[in-house]
Amino acid sequence: MKKRVVLPPYIFWLVTFVLVPMSLVVYFAFTDKNGNFSLSNLNDVFLYSNVFLRSIWLGFIATSFCFLIGYPTAYIISRVNIKCRKFLIAMIMLPMWTNFLLKTYAWMTILEERGFVSCFFQFLGIGKFSLINTSSAVVFGMVYNFITYMILPIYSVLIRNDRHLVEAAQDLGANQLKIFLKVTFPLSLPGVIAGIAMVFVPSVSTFVLSKMLGGGKDLLIGDIIDMQFLGSVYNPCLGSAISLVLMILVFICSGIMNQFVKREERTVIAL
Amino acid sequence: MKNIKLIIRNKVFLFVFVAVILVFLFLKSIFGNCQSFKKITINVYNWGNHISDGSNGYLDVNAEFEKRTGIQVNYTTYLDNESLFAKLNGSSTKYDVIFPSDYMIAKLIEKDMITKLDFNMIKNASTIDKEFLNPQYDPTNEYSVPYTWGVIGIFYNKKIVDDPKEKIDWDIFWNPKYKGKILMFENSPRDALALSLLKLKLSINTTKIEDLQRAAQEMINQRPLINSYVSEQVFDKIGSGEAALAPYYSDAYIVNSKNEDIGFVVPKSGTNKFVNAMCVPKDSNHKKEAMQYINFICNPDIAVENISHVAYCTPQSVVRKRLDPKVANSELVYPSKEILSKSFTYKNLPDDINIAVNNLWLKTRIDGYNGKLKLILIFLIFILLYFTILIYKFIKKRKEFKLYEF
Repeated sequence: MKKRVVLPPYIFWLVTFVLVPMSLVVYFAFTDKNGNFSLSNLNDVFLYSNVFLRSIWLGFIATSFCFLIGYPTAYIISRVNIKCRKFLIAMIMLPMWTNFLLKTYAWMTILEERGFVSCFFQFLGIGKFSLINTSSAVVFGMVYNFITYMILPIYSVLIRNDRHLVEAAQDLGANQLKIFLKVTFPLSLPGVIAGIAMVFVPSVSTFVLSKMLGGGKDLLIGDIIDMQFLGSVYNPCLGSAISLVLMILVFICSGIMNQFVKREERTVIAL
Repeated sequence: MKNIKLIIRNKVFLFVFVAVILVFLFLKSIFGNCQSFKKITINVYNWGNHISDGSNGYLDVNAEFEKRTGIQVNYTTYLDNESLFAKLNGSSTKYDVIFPSDYMIAKLIEKDMITKLDFNMIKNASTIDKEFLNPQYDPTNEYSVPYTWGVIGIFYNKKIVDDPKEKIDWDIFWNPKYKGKILMFENSPRDALALSLLKLKLSINTTKIEDLQRAAQEMINQRPLINSYVSEQVFDKIGSGEAALAPYYSDAYIVNSKNEDIGFVVPKSGTNKFVNAMCVPKDSNHKKEAMQYINFICNPDIAVENISHVAYCTPQSVVRKRLDPKVANSELVYPSKEILSKSFTYKNLPDDINIAVNNLWLKTRIDGYNGKLKLILIFLIFILLYFTILIYKFIKKRKEFKLYEF
């Protein structure tokens, strides 16, 4: 009964900002430019297969890196004393206050051939090299921009975990590694899954990053969608169809990941 | 008792929520109307950085217009002709003055999207030079008033490019010597393909699919040499030496002539000449005010400020005489007659050729259409994986359930 109090605004929000736009995407995906029903857009989506594959692949690499860097970071932060912890979390959040484009633009000047990193290595006598305009630079941009979304959910789960469980495991004679593998990590799994979803989804659908850090050579699916709506090859129907396929892909991925978490602890929506 | 209270609270909440929204809508409609009674606002849609906005000592043209006429200007910008066309088609905003270039004007006339101008209200249009009247994109000169013009040329870093200036031609963009130092247009299919066509010495207005395919193939060949596809970062990258060569519009020359490392050349073999002109869309709500605005922009006093700021060429010789003589007499800014005679403006292409141009360009940008099978395979693997997990869990649960029963 109590829950219903907050329901009307929530339903209003859900309908206007989620359901209506979603159905518009589906509607446009199945119509041609004249508004007739057509499947040609969905067929055309597969022309961009290699872009899809590249996006999935780069998104996968970026997510793996985020996890490999993010999990230890979150773990360490959750272990230190409370004053230090607050400071560290603030430091993690700090870059989020700056505009996404601005941060990426700054990285462009750092990674350039005449940029900071290259100059530094030149100074050391290793020689100059250009780090920008490669796929690795794009992955780097994704990791840099989205790692916060990996650290925060893992951190919030780790911090809630009952310390007594660890103590109990110690009492029963488990070593540090075993405690981590058998107690801490399984308990933090909901956070990990949420983190992976929150990094993978924006990484796969990101745009601008490949233009700025990748030199526009390896376009991602987000760039293609962007072009269909705002660019010179204007075709919102095809853009919607690509978005729809991307959405289905993301839903399937989230569905798979959700299976690793108990029903009550799921934080990611999926099919 | 508690339940009833809750239900009442619930209803009150709902009521308040709906009421707030209604009041909001009501107030908005009242105030929205009020404002439009008081002051007329015209929507001006222009290229980015294509008007003097008072930022570097020149007149803020829109503010001046507001001051003189009392008409508000809602000024917004776009990146290229195609997005302008898309916006005119798809947006609910009614624009009053737009600045398309040559071929787009022809297209807009063909699609019946712009209106005939009332030249009785645009008296200052008489100051436009004769050579810009009755252009091929608007043969009867009824729909547009030229605002600026320019050419596409080659910008280069003098420290890196050692070819003599006279020898620089379009094929320099395919020279392996400059591998990893070449920049290309990012968002304009026609400009990008035009470079290949110029290199191949074909017409930039070709309607032959084979020619376009050859041009696209040239672009694919060029891919490994390219540093990046960019638009406005051209000068950061050339200035710093990150890149050496880029095609770009001639207006940028004056803006960047302060950096001595950046050189500019218009190839002798000819180039693309473009004209940006002012038009009024058919569905404009304030056509009269729009004409007033166009007249104001054509006023030589205002045009001098505008041209000094945007650095494109002016179609008004009255204005050219009043510019900084260094700029007005520069062959780089105003190309010689010899080059201009070999330069062409874009013509509007038939719809099917336009689509072909876009598709060919996209294909060069995404490196060909392949990987279809792989993608489908990945989809299938994902779906299979999902179902295997579900089935595995289901079986496990049943087993546990059975164990529990026994």
